Amino acid sequence: MGGVPILSLMLLVPLVGAVACLLVTAPAARAIALAATLIDLALGIVLWAGYDIGGAQWQFVERADLFAGFEWALGIDGIALMLIVLSVFLMPICILASASIDKRVGEYMAAFLLMEVLMIGVFAAQDIFLFYIFFEAGLIPMYLIIGIWGGDNRIYASYKFFLYTLLGSLLMLVAMLWMVEEAGTTAIPTLMAYDFPPTAQVWLFLAFLASFAVKMPMWPVHTWLPDAHVQAPTAGSVILAGVLLKMGGYGFIRFSLPMFPEASAQLAWLVLGLSMVAVVATSLIALVQHDMKKLIAYSSVAHMAIVTAGLFAFNVQGLEGAMIVMLSHGLVSGALFLCVGVIYDRLHTREIARYGGLAINMPRYALFFLLFTMASIGLPGTSGFVGEFLSLAGVYQLSSWVALICTTGIILGAAYMLYLYRRVAYGEPRNADAAAMPDLSAREYAMLAPIAAVVLWMGVYPESFLAPMRQDIQLLDARIARAAPPGDARLAVGTVAPAPAATAGTEGAH
Amino acid sequence: MDLSSSLSLIAPEIVLSLAGLALLLVAAWAGDGASRMVSIAACVALAAAFFLSVPAVDSGASGAGRIAFDGQFRADAFAGFAKLLIYLASIAALVVAPAYLDRTRSMRAEYPVLVLFSALGMSIMVSASDLLTLYIGLEMQSLSAYVLAAFLRGDDRSAEAGLKYFVLGALASGILLFGMSLTYGFAGTTSFLGIRAALADGLPVGALFGLVFMFAGLAFKISAVPFHMWTPDVYEGAPTPVTAFFATAPKVAAVVLTARVALDAFGGHADAWRQVVVFAALASIIVGALGAIGQANIKRLLAYSSINNVGFILIGLACGTAAGASAMLVYLAIYVPMTLAAFVAVLMLRGPAGEPFERVADLAGLSRVRPGIAWCLMIVMFSLAGIPPMFGFWGKFVVFRAAVEADLMVLAALGVAASVIGAFYYLKIVKLMFFDEPQPAAAGGTGPLLPLGGRTGEAALATRDDDAAHWALLVIATALVSPFGFLATGWLGGLTDRAAAALFLVV
Repeated sequence: MGGVPILSLMLLVPLVGAVACLLVTAPAARAIALAATLIDLALGIVLWAGYDIGGAQWQFVERADLFAGFEWALGIDGIALMLIVLSVFLMPICILASASIDKRVGEYMAAFLLMEVLMIGVFAAQDIFLFYIFFEAGLIPMYLIIGIWGGDNRIYASYKFFLYTLLGSLLMLVAMLWMVEEAGTTAIPTLMAYDFPPTAQVWLFLAFLASFAVKMPMWPVHTWLPDAHVQAPTAGSVILAGVLLKMGGYGFIRFSLPMFPEASAQLAWLVLGLSMVAVVATSLIALVQHDMKKLIAYSSVAHMAIVTAGLFAFNVQGLEGAMIVMLSHGLVSGALFLCVGVIYDRLHTREIARYGGLAINMPRYALFFLLFTMASIGLPGTSGFVGEFLSLAGVYQLSSWVALICTTGIILGAAYMLYLYRRVAYGEPRNADAAAMPDLSAREYAMLAPIAAVVLWMGVYPESFLAPMRQDIQLLDARIARAAPPGDARLAVGTVAPAPAATAGTEGAH
Repeated sequence: MDLSSSLSLIAPEIVLSLAGLALLLVAAWAGDGASRMVSIAACVALAAAFFLSVPAVDSGASGAGRIAFDGQFRADAFAGFAKLLIYLASIAALVVAPAYLDRTRSMRAEYPVLVLFSALGMSIMVSASDLLTLYIGLEMQSLSAYVLAAFLRGDDRSAEAGLKYFVLGALASGILLFGMSLTYGFAGTTSFLGIRAALADGLPVGALFGLVFMFAGLAFKISAVPFHMWTPDVYEGAPTPVTAFFATAPKVAAVVLTARVALDAFGGHADAWRQVVVFAALASIIVGALGAIGQANIKRLLAYSSINNVGFILIGLACGTAAGASAMLVYLAIYVPMTLAAFVAVLMLRGPAGEPFERVADLAGLSRVRPGIAWCLMIVMFSLAGIPPMFGFWGKFVVFRAAVEADLMVLAALGVAASVIGAFYYLKIVKLMFFDEPQPAAAGGTGPLLPLGGRTGEAALATRDDDAAHWALLVIATALVSPFGFLATGWLGGLTDRAAAALFLVV
């Protein structure tokens, strides 16, 4: 740590880069953006290396009294650390994926760098209003990214994205104002330990749910996501799926659960119910999509539903699983959007039917695509398996039925992902232009290979990712334990049954 | 209190009146050729009045020592803060006017004089602590404003705006006078403190009617729904610099005056006027937002935007607390640069022949042809919509925080939800500027077209001198509402808290 305000530095680097990008020519802007994101990645690795596992709950704490009413207070725990590392890991890849952007490059890169500032800010903020400002401000660059560089229907998608998210977060703001008034502090760590009256908790929980459910997105307020994903440029989709959706899950884990444990327990059935519907409904919807991006977007909704189910399982496995699903989904869905982007750049269509037999002319591409498809399904050895297994195991302790229904999501996930893969990569080439597409370039390698490595790493040795979060998740579990609803599958050690068996055993020995 | 100390308290007003009278004579003898000189002199007078008001605000002046003329006039920090905003906005109105009015050869020396007298009227309004002072200030401001609205003599729309403003303004004044007479009849005094003392035991029905009529009259002046109908027409018809003036200074004055009447004269009966204010606030937010969506004219759109903003300011008033009053001042302090920046940007946009841009559609593709203005306007639009990290968010934030602290949760939730409607049309402007392609230059249409490739058109050449002043105003105002504004929150909050405390002190 050494007194260097590393979190502020991580915010400053992309911010300076963003301003610089606005002033220079297109190639220089690309170089600056890549450099800034790589510096931030390096800082992120330093952050991870410097993080003291098992040490203080809040590390790298910074505080500056810059504003009235709220503070410039930054600091991270293990959960925030992993999400920040995810963000800084994906950003250089997004910049690389933007090679096909040829109009207004400077502004594009500036918007992305600004987005990075705001993402890191969301995860690092330790003041509730500072969090809100970062959380909400993300709308502006994303609105511009979708609206300026998006597809044909970009205007509609950008409006929908903006207004949906805005309405949800504004209700959260009113709840935050009330909480600060009640608790007399804006510091998130203090608020996390503050016991709000249970009746008020329900209202507060609903207000926060309005925001996080939209961001997550949970069924039935997920409809902005497929539109936004389909219209956004590739890198925009990657950031949207990779990091922005995680803000919803982060919100649940940082605010809803620790601040309103009673209300969370009371309304857990609501969240679990919506998650069950989402898993089944959106998986089925994904099955019939003709548009690759839309298919992956719906699969995101289904995966995020497993996250919410795991979060509201009220046990350590569920919470750990939810976090790993979030990290894994950030990598995998990001990578899948990159895979779509790779062939979209060549053929300029997302229609599944236009492709076919890509394994013949793009074998390396097909290999990566297969890996990410499998990771999305949750094949053991990939990151998807670890997260889904843990969270479903957590859910199972709470309710067998919820676990049963959520697990169908894995089966359906296998169905739609394999079906997608079959149509795109296998079979005979259907179109001459698709069959003539060249295999991955060096730049595309540089994008996909790191993600593939991390996906395998997380699948084989998830301990690296779980270790920093373990203590924080245990603290959270202890905090919500008092309100945890009883599970329907609690196994009790019998007191009577073993005795006759033992006697029978002794008798048999005689 | 002796006369000399009373006179020392009204030093800014004395400067303005003397300057106004002197410049009127100059204008009468030197003619329109001297308009530039008169404008500069008026700016100097306003700046002098500004600096004379600074100490009161800075020290949070309050109490009996700031009451002049036997309770007719209060030069406390609350009034002082409003005066600072009013003088600055008036200076801005003087700075942007010549470029616009010169183009139609209609710049006359009376313009700065009228602005000066209007500023004087507003200055009296915000310091009023007696119904008569209130009325004198209000009429002084309004009469100058009627003339300003009709300043383009040759333009039918301007004449229509002036006439409409005059007729409806006179009606509102009548309503206000009626309410004042009722209040006087039941309270037996015109002094705010006297009214408060007289009504301390209860609010007779007649006085309640007086209160409602007075609020109706004031609602007209701040263009709160349901007395907002004149606003779009007047804003559209009046010359754009005048519209910029209307949207800023008089709005500050009328809002602060309303706060004084509500919290001072009727401060003991907050429950009586709160419902009126709550209704006006929510109705203004919703009507302002919905009305703006369909507008094709930028000035009409900004008119609805100002109605929308007044709704948020009234939420601060509805709290009836010092925190609410402070929040109103913070909102106003942010609202003025936001609105000014928007109008200055509109003023800077001209077609190839120098004709002003007035249609919303003219903004299409602005980020390609005038990126500087487009970026400033984008910051302003997100700020108006209250999206963090723009500083406009802070205005809404403090207002809603005050509402939550005053236990007006439902009002806060409804206001917040309605602000999403408003976000829609601000987004529309951003969409037009950034997402849409510029209009083709050689389409030969009747609409004004952008000089493609930047400022190569002859209009740009003709107005280069004034561009510097416009740019300076635009950049300063945009910087104030940009995220840098947050660094000023501590300072601004301290000033407004002291100012609001001054309002609540002598009760």
